[in-house]
Formats: sequence, structure tokens, C-alpha cells
Amino acid sequence: MSEPLSEIYDDHIMDHFESPYHKGHLASPTCSHSDRNPICGDQVTVELLVDEHDRVKEAYFDGKGCAISQSAASILCEAIEGKSIEELKDFQAQDMLDLLKVRLTASRQKCGLLSFKVLKTMLYSLDQLREPPSSG
Amino acid sequence: MSAQPSSPFDVEAVRRDFPILQQRLAGDMPLVYLDTAATSQKPRSVIAKVVECYEQYNSNVHRGIHQLGDRMTTELEEAREKVQRFIGANEVDEIVFTSGTTMSMNLVAHGWARKFLKPGDEILLNPMEHHANLVPWQLAASATGAELRYLPLTNDGRLDLSTLDELLTHRTKLVAVTAMSNVLGTINPIEILAQRAHDVGALICVDGAQSVPHAPTDVRSPNIDFLAFSGHKLYGPTGIGVLYARRELLEAMDPFLAGGHMIREVFLDSSTWADVPAKFEAGTCPFIEAVGLGAAIDYVNQIGLPNIMQQEHALSVKAHEQLAAVTGVSIYGPAVEHKGAILSFTVEGVHPHDLSDLLDRRGVAIRAGHHCTMPLHELLNLTATARASFAFYNTTAEVDALVEAVIAARKTFRLKP
Repeated sequence: MSEPLSEIYDDHIMDHFESPYHKGHLASPTCSHSDRNPICGDQVTVELLVDEHDRVKEAYFDGKGCAISQSAASILCEAIEGKSIEELKDFQAQDMLDLLKVRLTASRQKCGLLSFKVLKTMLYSLDQLREPPSSG
Repeated sequence: MSAQPSSPFDVEAVRRDFPILQQRLAGDMPLVYLDTAATSQKPRSVIAKVVECYEQYNSNVHRGIHQLGDRMTTELEEAREKVQRFIGANEVDEIVFTSGTTMSMNLVAHGWARKFLKPGDEILLNPMEHHANLVPWQLAASATGAELRYLPLTNDGRLDLSTLDELLTHRTKLVAVTAMSNVLGTINPIEILAQRAHDVGALICVDGAQSVPHAPTDVRSPNIDFLAFSGHKLYGPTGIGVLYARRELLEAMDPFLAGGHMIREVFLDSSTWADVPAKFEAGTCPFIEAVGLGAAIDYVNQIGLPNIMQQEHALSVKAHEQLAAVTGVSIYGPAVEHKGAILSFTVEGVHPHDLSDLLDRRGVAIRAGHHCTMPLHELLNLTATARASFAFYNTTAEVDALVEAVIAARKTFRLKP
């Protein structure tokens, strides 16, 4: 075990932590979802404004917690604006980790993936909202 | 046994007893292990004893009529006697081997509380308790109709005894309290609480997970009814713990887990119970882990708890002084003289998980999170804290490494010195 651990608090992460992209709330989001990591208390809310073409017009987040969870949420919001809901459904955990550009240890992946998890859960509920059960 | 009785205490000699402390981590960093409150490291003598069991006489205890079985059973029962002497119990039968503090608490909550508590009875707790000394009582209370009462804390994180008369009454049947907080480090006044509990006819159940490894324990003075602690925090193996209870209590209690070894006679529709402590040791107990715990107690006795306390307190005082001088650091809990060698803190602008991660990159291992004390963190209005905890195998240079790493973490987070 002589190789040093790779740096994770690089300028990319710290810039997003210090000056997050779209941290706050939308006036009238199309959908919104929050979750927290019960182990460490990290908390993230993601809000989307989806346009008539099913594209994310604006993405906002709010939350508190470690630099990894909060920077990841900021990076996620920046990355998903302009994407279609269909594209976001194909967006995988590895894509999220790639966006962070740093290698997270297993214990920190939970932080790095919290906002991704919030987004994914929200997409499922968006489907439910749009497709009421046929049994009505 | 490699440790020579060291007087004056020689930390470098002691460190050589712990193989894990010799290693280098990623980036050729020496390990600075400041997470003993989560689990302690193991001296070579404990590891060697466990290996000896597996290599020479492993066989199930209290069963085999053969040489191995005899030897293993003798070793196990000797370990029980070591525990008895270590905590001052009157009888060896008052030592029940469990899997750890959590199981010990659950054993009391099932075997005693569920049998004897009734609606209107009260259990007196406080918000600094570990979940292991809270949640079993919540379940026991909801099963029996008993109620939970909470002794408040002072602003500096001690039990507020000014409310004791009001809260500890003839309705109180049990006071469940930690002897040393795993977060605040607070050393609680067990003697006063035991006396006051007994004055109203209540029992006292003490969580000794943090205190037993770091300070002398005598269950006869103060008079403790139940004492729970874990082997792995006492430089012993995981998977082994102890419940001490006075014999009359053990005799009166119901069994907790049922199965082999805990029975006297089994019929198709009913059973009778074995004598204590077997009544509470259903199934194959972790007998090799218990023998390892016995070896750990030998080791602690050889170093000497007074030496251990002195070394740990000196480290704690130094760490408190140096960390308090770092910009943005808040330390929780009472003044250092009222604490065990546990230091929970936050650094403004650096989340405890980030801090822990950054410290780890310098080889400094601390704990970050709520440390299984969510109500306490709610009270502190925090979701998480960072915790450094010290053992006698730590050095003053390691305290310096901690402080330097905290200063460096602030720099990484672009905070002003």
C-alpha cells in the first residue's frame, strides 16, 4: 500500500463546493425530490423545470452535507440542463462518477451518488404522475 | 508476551506489541490510529492466544469428552474468571458471555425488563446514550407499558443532576446510563446514580463499553446491578462481550435466546433452564473469542490501568489544547478533566466526512458521523461530528499529526488560517 490515494478535493470539486451551480429553488418546478444519506446526514433536493418537449430547461438543487455530495449535486444540475427525460433515464451511476472526474473510494461513493439517486427516483415518480394506473 | 512491565510507561515498547501499528498506509504514511473508541487494536499476545486455540485445542466447549474439549473448556472458564476479577464480581457465575455490549443490553431488556416492568413503571435514560442503551429500552417500554424518562444534560454535556429528585422516583425501576459517553467523553457519576437509584428501589444498568477498557471498574463499589461491555474495545477479539449481573437478578430473569446449552431438560412441550450463566448462553458461545478476551485482560493488567489512564489523559489534554487553538474548531463535551480520552469536534466549513477523508490521506484515522447517538447530535444541532479517541498506544507525535492534518484540511477547503 505505498501508492498515495488519488486526490479528490481538486479544483473542480472545490470550485463547485465554493460556488455551486444553481443552488436554490425554482419558483414552480415540474418536479422535485429530496433524499438524505441516513449514515452521514447528507441531504439533497433536486428540482427540475421540464419544458413541453420533455427537456430539462432548468435544474436546481439545495442541500447540506459534505463537499462531495454538494459538489456532485452542483455538477449534476449543470450537466443535465438541456437533456431530455429519455436521455436522463439512460444516465447511469458510472456516468455520474465520471462527471466528478475524481476517483471516490467505496465509502465516499454514497456521497457522490446521492443527487444522482434523487434524480433517478424523481424520474420514476415523474412517470407515475404522467401515467395514472389504467384501473383508474 | 512481549510487553515488559514498563515503569515508567514506555509507549514505544508498548507500540511494538501491536503489529497493526507497524504498518505503512497508502503513500507510505505511518498509521495514526485515533479511532480506539470504535474498536481498539489488538496486542500480539491476544492474536497469538487466538491462533493457539485454533492450532492446538479448538473443539466445542462443555460437550466433548476428549482432551481437546477439556482443554478448550478449561481455557474458556479461566477467561470467565479473569473477567470476574477484572470487574470485581463476587462470583464467576455472574459473568455472562454475549456477543457484545448491544447483546448484553438486549439481554437485560428482554430477560429482566420485559418480565418485571409494568404500566406506570419508568426507565430513566438521558440523551447522551448510545443507541445500544436507548433502543432496547424503547422496545421494552412499548412491550410493557413502562415509560421512558430523560435526565437532561447541562450545556457542557454532563448529566444535569439538579433534576434528579424530580425524575428519579419510586416509579423508576431502572436507571440505564453510560459510564463514559462515546461522543462527549463525559465520565458520569455512577456512584451517585447507583446510590440514588437504590434509594428509590430502582436498579442501575451501566454501559461500560467505553469505560471498562480505560479506567478501573469495580461492580461492588459503586454497587452496580447490570454492567455491559465489549471485548473488541478492550483490545480483545470482536464477537465477544460481557453482561455482569448480580446472581439474584440472573436467577430471577427469563432466558433471552433459547436453544442448546441453556436448558436443563427439554420435553416436547416445555423445558427447564440450565444454571446461570449457561441459562443465558444459548448455542455455541464464541469461546475462542472469550479466551482472546481473557488474554486481553491479562495484557491490560500487565500494562496497568493506572498507566493506561495517565497516558491517555495526557494525550487527551494535549489534543484538546492544540485543537482548541485551531481557527474554526469547536470541541464538544465538558472540560477535559471530566472526560475520558475522547475528543469530538467540528471544523467550521469542513464537513466531518470531508475532514475524515482528508485526515485519512495523511494516515490519520478518526471517526466521523453520529457515532450511534442521533438524539445527542440532534441536541447539539449537528448531523455529524469528527471524533478522535486515544489509547495508551498513541503518542504525542500522533496528536501533532492530528492537529497538522486538521490545519491542512482547512487549507484544502480554502479557509483562512
